[in-house]
Amino acid sequence: MAWTGEIDLGTPAPALVTDKMVTLTIDGQEARVPEGTSIMRAAALMGTSIPKLCATDNMESFGSCRLCLVEIDGRAGYPASCTTPVAEGMVVRTQTDRLTQLRRGVMELYISDHPLDCLTCGANGDCELQDMAGAVGLRDVRYGYDGATNMGQPKDLSNPYFDFDPSKCIVCSRCVRACDEVQGTLALTIQGRGFDSKVSASQNEDFLGSECVSCGACVQACPTASLIERTVVEKGTPEHAIVTTCAYCGVGCTFRAEMRGEELVRMVPWKDGKANHGHSCVKGRFAWGYANHQDRILNPMIRTSIDEPWREVSWEEAIAYTASEFKRIQAKYGPRSIGGIASSRCTNEEAFLVQKLVRQGFGNNNVDTCARVCHSPTGYGLGTTLGTSAGTQTFDSVMHADVIFVIGANPTDAHPVFGSMMKRRLRQGAKLIVADPRRIDLVLSPHIKADYHLPLTPGTNVAVLTAMAHVIVTEGLVDEAFVRERCEWDAFEDWARFVSDPSRSPEAIEALCKVPAADLRAAARLYATGGNAAIYYGLGITEHSQGSSAVIAIANLAMATGNVGREGVGLNPLRGQNNVQGSCDMGSFPHEFSGYRHVSDDATRQAFEKDWGVALDPEPGLRINNMFDEAIEGGFKGLFVQAEDVVQSDPNSQHVAEGLRAMECIVVQDLFLNETANFAHVFLPGSTFLEKDGTFTNAERRVQLVRQVMSPKNGYADWEIVQLIANAMGLGWTYTHPSQVMDEIARLTPTFAKISFEALDRLGSIQWPATEANPEGMPIMHVDTFARGKGKFVVTEYIATDEKSGPRFPLLLTTGRILSQYNVGAQTRRTGNTAWHPEDVLEIHPLDAENRGIREGDLVALKSRTGETSLRAKITDRVAPGVVYTTFHHPQVLANVVTTDYTDWATDCPEYKVTAVQVSPANGPSQWQEDYAEFSRRNRRIATELEPAE
Amino acid sequence: MTRAYVSADMASVALGADAVAAALVARGCDVVRTGSRGLFAIEPLVEIEADEGRIGYGPVGPDDVAAVLDGSHPNRLGDVAALPFFVDQQRFTFARCGITDPLSLSDYETHGGWKGLKAARAMSPQEVVSAVKDSGLRGRGGAGFPTGIKWQTVLDTSAPEKFIVCNADEGDSGTFADRMLMEGDPYCLIEGMAIAGHAVGAGHGYIYIRSEYPLAIDVMQRAIERSAAIVAPFTLEVRVGAGAYVCGEETALLDSIEGKRGQVRAKPPLPAHVGLFGRPTVINNVLSLAAVPFVLSEGAEAYAAVGFGRSRGTMPIQIAGNVRNGGLYEVGFGITLAQLVHEIGGGTASGRPVRAVQVGGPLGAYFPPSMFDMPFDYETFAAKGGLIGHAGITVFDDTVDMAHMARFAMEFCAVESCGKCTPCRIGSTRGVETIDRLIAARDAGRAPAPETVSPGLAKALYSRAPTRQLTSLEAETAIVRDLCDTMKYGSLCALGGFTPYPVLSAMDFFPEDFGGEPAPLANAAE
Repeated sequence: MAWTGEIDLGTPAPALVTDKMVTLTIDGQEARVPEGTSIMRAAALMGTSIPKLCATDNMESFGSCRLCLVEIDGRAGYPASCTTPVAEGMVVRTQTDRLTQLRRGVMELYISDHPLDCLTCGANGDCELQDMAGAVGLRDVRYGYDGATNMGQPKDLSNPYFDFDPSKCIVCSRCVRACDEVQGTLALTIQGRGFDSKVSASQNEDFLGSECVSCGACVQACPTASLIERTVVEKGTPEHAIVTTCAYCGVGCTFRAEMRGEELVRMVPWKDGKANHGHSCVKGRFAWGYANHQDRILNPMIRTSIDEPWREVSWEEAIAYTASEFKRIQAKYGPRSIGGIASSRCTNEEAFLVQKLVRQGFGNNNVDTCARVCHSPTGYGLGTTLGTSAGTQTFDSVMHADVIFVIGANPTDAHPVFGSMMKRRLRQGAKLIVADPRRIDLVLSPHIKADYHLPLTPGTNVAVLTAMAHVIVTEGLVDEAFVRERCEWDAFEDWARFVSDPSRSPEAIEALCKVPAADLRAAARLYATGGNAAIYYGLGITEHSQGSSAVIAIANLAMATGNVGREGVGLNPLRGQNNVQGSCDMGSFPHEFSGYRHVSDDATRQAFEKDWGVALDPEPGLRINNMFDEAIEGGFKGLFVQAEDVVQSDPNSQHVAEGLRAMECIVVQDLFLNETANFAHVFLPGSTFLEKDGTFTNAERRVQLVRQVMSPKNGYADWEIVQLIANAMGLGWTYTHPSQVMDEIARLTPTFAKISFEALDRLGSIQWPATEANPEGMPIMHVDTFARGKGKFVVTEYIATDEKSGPRFPLLLTTGRILSQYNVGAQTRRTGNTAWHPEDVLEIHPLDAENRGIREGDLVALKSRTGETSLRAKITDRVAPGVVYTTFHHPQVLANVVTTDYTDWATDCPEYKVTAVQVSPANGPSQWQEDYAEFSRRNRRIATELEPAE
Repeated sequence: MTRAYVSADMASVALGADAVAAALVARGCDVVRTGSRGLFAIEPLVEIEADEGRIGYGPVGPDDVAAVLDGSHPNRLGDVAALPFFVDQQRFTFARCGITDPLSLSDYETHGGWKGLKAARAMSPQEVVSAVKDSGLRGRGGAGFPTGIKWQTVLDTSAPEKFIVCNADEGDSGTFADRMLMEGDPYCLIEGMAIAGHAVGAGHGYIYIRSEYPLAIDVMQRAIERSAAIVAPFTLEVRVGAGAYVCGEETALLDSIEGKRGQVRAKPPLPAHVGLFGRPTVINNVLSLAAVPFVLSEGAEAYAAVGFGRSRGTMPIQIAGNVRNGGLYEVGFGITLAQLVHEIGGGTASGRPVRAVQVGGPLGAYFPPSMFDMPFDYETFAAKGGLIGHAGITVFDDTVDMAHMARFAMEFCAVESCGKCTPCRIGSTRGVETIDRLIAARDAGRAPAPETVSPGLAKALYSRAPTRQLTSLEAETAIVRDLCDTMKYGSLCALGGFTPYPVLSAMDFFPEDFGGEPAPLANAAE
């Protein structure tokens, strides 16, 4: 009985917000609503629902179903309440005999072309058509059922997650409009006209073969069973719903997990979600089936040697073994011989507990997180220039941007829900600059066209950004008033002199970057003078040997043009994983406590020491890559890795493997036997985000609640497992709920001072910093002053990476992501998403392919100075000649075998984005792939009663 | 060298005008191709320039050319303008059509062209809009909305750009005035649009012409090129439709120009506020815009001086169907249907008695001769359940089956529906089916036996929806009337909303064709 759908007000709030309120009378009751509100919405706001089928409040009114007709005094006819705005003094009646007669007439027509199988229909009980037939009192369909009909058409079952049954379609166009207005892919249309009007995916293709990106907006919009989740057809309608936060990318969409008991029926994006506003992508909406996948490990396992098969043991034994091994290693090799890796996929509370386990329990600072390999340069770069390590805006801020500059990011694939919002703004007319070696979808897709695409050579970000600064400074486009008031003037002058040097002009670097100087100049002018200009960047900026310099260069541009500190502007790092912002905030770095405070800072350290009752190490610990180096050297022997697959995701996989082999006890906590587990001695089964409470922090610093919707299949939530280890090591933790961990975080972290589960429950979400001054958080940062006081310009000298192409390795490889897969693919590879991307492929330009005799789909060897792997070629001019591109979602390819050890000069963030490679036709997998496949097969064996250990 | 005038209008060409013109050229004549005078009974028409003026001969064929040139042909008409069909017309809009070379700028100027534009440009935009308001000009596309008020709205809406859009998607069967004007006097439309651009502050205009009018498209495009310098800085371009009747609906037309599927938009917002590409847009019919040069050159009073009631000025009425003198007849509002059909039209072409006329295209009402005393006026027609529409009149003789005409109305709607709103999308198809059953019941002369739903679409086990048990005249008639009510008051645009006019008027005024007793009103009037 608890289950109800969300209230639908029929039409969105007026686009043009004015202060003016309008008073009108609806069914004798006075209503007062903002000017521009529809009659339908005004009525809904006071609790009066007017019958409707084509209207829904996340898209513009359409006026096609003709059920919402009303009577208005002084107006002829029966205006549609969805398309008629309120007016002062208007008198509206929504229920009269005449209206009932008209609505029944319309409903009779609908039902004359609709199957009467309600009782056996998948949408029974959750169907607006059914509801409306009841609401208008339809009792008879006099047309009979022997006339023309659209019933009996075959279903389209091609999509792995939803069915399309055209026989049940009422042609309300909600799906088409959702695809246009909400998602912005424009994959759907109405084909034919009149009675023959039919919903069609692309050019009358099936959904899977069409341009559809399976975001689910159409399914959510469908008022009947025409577009319906297969899980609802199979399981029935849900009976209760719990709001929680998605565990995929850094957008942080909130969903209603719609349940039957402990069984998840579907995930429906939550309209009140501050990051997603009721929208979703194929991952969050549909790809949650991994939680029940047969590969999931539910029992703890140990082995003394990685050459042995795994042995299932009790939790007590596994935890005791872990603690004894860590203690043994520390006793033998010293206190700094072990460490931990916190996960950007787990909750803030779990990340905090992992670093606490390391600092308090292991007695060192050997804790790091996967943010090391993605956004650590953001921390350094923004910290240096602005004073804090985070994006400056909300996602909604993009709706106020006039110029959008996307560099080294691919939002429509990697942050799809935000990508849709950005596209909405672009369709409204915002200008777009894209700097990317690859022609990403934003460069050119339906109704979207970049004003400038700067197809720079991988590795030349700093040169390009500095050349943009050159144009802005030398052409007098600097916002001098802003710089004088808000920034350190001396540093600005030094920087201005530096960038003005003719050697840094667009013309001077054209040959290096392959960006036409005229385009670069025009783009710089547009950024500086086009109104509110906002920069969105991703790993294409950070994962370079000059990643930190590039982040600084971006900050310089924003400060020089006054594009910081208000709506519509700012610096927006697009965070990769659901909680990468959070894991960084929580002190998962070897040199920082929570809130980005250095471990050598006495006051901070003492606060922690007092709270935790132990002395803490003032020396920064080992970074991830140093741990592997140290292991090979012999000084680092034990590692606890929570939900992170370093073998697949870290660069130079063979070096990682070598480091892991050198350790004596590796404890992996994960849902699945991942690649790192091949080298592990203890496997602790993890819990999914559906199975625990906690919080995630998205890319806009928004802390949101993750709510448990089912009990952990493995027996414990991840935070409980960390506590078991801690207590086995004698730390005596007594947390009974993650909210207590958040209370501790708030107590010890000034920027989280006002955050608690109670506050999050009350407010929905909080964007840190949440302090005494801003208890409900701070959506836009650096409004009046920068976090560091005055903004600081820093000179960014371009230094080419040591990774250079040459005769042996003439091509440059850059890596990225694809919409349907997520990171190492541990989750998405175990869902229907493989329908779109079953394997990693190598994108190569037709010229480069032809020179090598490579045809579409051929197996090719991808070889670098580091390693070699084989994968299939996809020939496309999305990449420039000389550049090849692949993803790293599949362990069979393990693209990181070829990436190198080069890292960012400041933060050791690996240079994933530039590897010199050669590509040649291949007969089969590389030797390394074959060896690793065999190794992987052997090292995943689990001993059973019937098959004794070898 | 003898100068001869032969129409190049597509209707004249269909009647053989090209062959006649070729024969004249072969005889060494200097042939000027004009638009059509508008009386098709005398087409192909040849006018020979003589000292006393143009001498008309028609209809003539290519073999008649020798007799025409020596003046001996029996179909000599003399001064065409003096013929009874023309002598009482008030040609404000079609003054030049059939007389001038459509693409000759000097002809246009000699015959009073550009006077309106010059006058308008000497005035402020508000003065021009006020003049159009004062003229009483109403939208000639069918809705009859005051043109000046529409222009005022666009003038008062500030925006970085505005547009003038001409609706030349003349899709009503039996109408051809837009085509005749575009083929016969294209600069008149261009001048009207340039005046509109000046009046509301629009710099660019679109003329949306249906693809079935290749000559009009060609003539307009060439006229736009030739007159570009005169109307500058105002610019124009032609957009060609793709065969959908519904794109004659103004908002569907805007979507079509924008490159979208031609589908009706809900109003508000009005196109005058949010129109083409989201900008304030004047969208007017060809005849509305082509009336504007006269209003500006001769004055609003001169235009408003003719007419009837609130219907001011002239209407180019198109007489078609089973009629002796089919063609275009421009005259002030207030003329009666009897005058138009019997006196001017000359009765049916078949010679049989007139039984019905349909006024306003396929969505207009059918009227019996007993109602022919109605004056041609927006309000009068509306009061009688009809509409003037684009002023097409289609005549039927006494062999017509009005039940079939009612069915045709539903069928037309079913074929042309855009499919957006439910009453039109499903209702029109159900209307055809229901009227078919009604006709079957009528023809059977009795209520047929109970009929059950076909088993192929069996109902759900527990459904209580009744099987359709009885097909009777009364039941089907009730369904048709209910359906018409749903369509008329529930449809999004005039296509579904007006389809009930022909259906209901046929049922009301010709009940005997629907198995009922003849209407008492019709009996009394006769």
